[in-house]
Amino acid sequence: MSLVNHHAKLEKNAILLMVAIFITVIIGGLVEIMPLFTIKSTIEPVGNVRPYSPLELSGRNIYVREGCYLCHSQMIRPFRSERERYGHYSLAAESMYGHPFQWGSKRTGPDLARVGGKYSDEWHVAHLKDPQSVVPESVMPGYSHLADTRLDYGNIQEHLETLNVVGMPNPKEGVDTMYSQTMVEKAKADLENQARGNNAKGIRSRYPKAVMGDFDGKPKTITEMDAMVAYLQMLGTLVDFTSWEKGLNKTEKQEKLWR
Amino acid sequence: MANVEKDEVSGQHTTGHEWDGIKELNSPLPSWWVWVFYATIIWAIAYWIVYPSIPFGTGYFDGLTDWNAREVHEKQMAKIAQHKEQTWLAQFREASVQKIAKDDELRQYAMKGGEVIFGDNCAPCHGTGGAGNPGFPTLVDDAWIWGGSLKQIKQTVTHGIRNSDAQSRASQMPAFGWMSEKKQNAIAEYVAGLAKGNAPDGAGKKAFETNCATCHGPDGGGMTQMGGPPLNDRIWLCPGRGTCVPEISAKQHVLRQIQNPKHGNMPAWGNRLSDAEIKQVTVWVHAQGGGQ
Repeated sequence: MSLVNHHAKLEKNAILLMVAIFITVIIGGLVEIMPLFTIKSTIEPVGNVRPYSPLELSGRNIYVREGCYLCHSQMIRPFRSERERYGHYSLAAESMYGHPFQWGSKRTGPDLARVGGKYSDEWHVAHLKDPQSVVPESVMPGYSHLADTRLDYGNIQEHLETLNVVGMPNPKEGVDTMYSQTMVEKAKADLENQARGNNAKGIRSRYPKAVMGDFDGKPKTITEMDAMVAYLQMLGTLVDFTSWEKGLNKTEKQEKLWR
Repeated sequence: MANVEKDEVSGQHTTGHEWDGIKELNSPLPSWWVWVFYATIIWAIAYWIVYPSIPFGTGYFDGLTDWNAREVHEKQMAKIAQHKEQTWLAQFREASVQKIAKDDELRQYAMKGGEVIFGDNCAPCHGTGGAGNPGFPTLVDDAWIWGGSLKQIKQTVTHGIRNSDAQSRASQMPAFGWMSEKKQNAIAEYVAGLAKGNAPDGAGKKAFETNCATCHGPDGGGMTQMGGPPLNDRIWLCPGRGTCVPEISAKQHVLRQIQNPKHGNMPAWGNRLSDAEIKQVTVWVHAQGGGQ
């Protein structure tokens, strides 16, 4: 067959084969990735999703640093078993301010997408320090160093500014960056106040539903534990699913929802 | 191709390559394999047509069946909800938690479901089967901080303890650091003795009766309406060494509590679990040995 002969040409010429492979991968990549940027229903708009508060953001960085995503997913799929255990399935918009998102792909531990508010701060602290003290059958390692380490937040303002360059816009604040100018300016104060439980009103005006500290039972010092628990306690709490209409009838409801 | 020759034994041609006298047969792929391969290509094309697939512009081709993962999921959930509704949920919603506990059939549904709900939501703090953990109360005995009747358990589960829920249980122990060290010590000794049943008479007892009895009861028996835990038994949140602060004794735990009270809290489950689920888990907890 003539096709087979052409094949031989490719196989005998390393440079040509490389170019052909490259072109094939580009086409595959474009077909898979490009539509996600153009299709409107990729991220359906959902109310109440907001960027992370400075303290939550610091906790999130610790979550990434410690590699929590290696054992915990943050992605509830639309299956009965997951819904009954973890709650409503995750929406893409819920991780729109995550850089990078923490969906994960392995569940050695349970999914954490809706763990916020499920357990008390005290439990989280006890559990992170020594998981087996509260869940004897757990295989999770202890993270007691979080409670002993002061949170390094000297660069929090620059961190927010960096996210403004790469992140999604924040229409709620009326800005096309993730954080407004006020949020950036107050970043350090907001972080300290949330960890100490001060100025709840001011913080919640910028970051609605933010959970206030003190989280680790040490009101005077802001530890990495404070940040971590603040982050865990907000996971999955932002969207109010009683008012969120599900995109069931695609032609009508999706039209309304997703446009 | 150089030196392509026919192999006598298999009847196939060789590839013409030769390595130290070893020649390679150019056998074609088995025909079953080739046909399966073609079949998968046809399958893929059919899949494109039947299911949502090809993207274009701001939308995508919906597929002939208009299939939607969420829709499939919602239909399944609706079917299950309907089945539950017909078998027990409707009765469950109507009935009070007391009635459910008394009704033989409804109680079966409560116990089965309650066990699962407890394992998922409550066991991380209260321990597997409600055995409790240092700092988190056990639920399998008859010592209750906020009350062990069905009604009280349901109230606690629904609204939680010391959280932002408007009806959550809220009373807090005040700090008694203003007392003289001597007095604090005396009280701690008395309270530590209460648990062992050999509480010393004297200054400690007197100070306890003036300051602590309002919430913990005159004999340290506890008062559920104030959330004051009983102190005259051995069922303590932090009974001593090896518990909340592993290196300190029971008396030192009491001293810490006098100076800088630690307040346990519990999330409100009213907006996480449905009313029927709360009834299920209430009946289950009540049946674990301590229900009043």
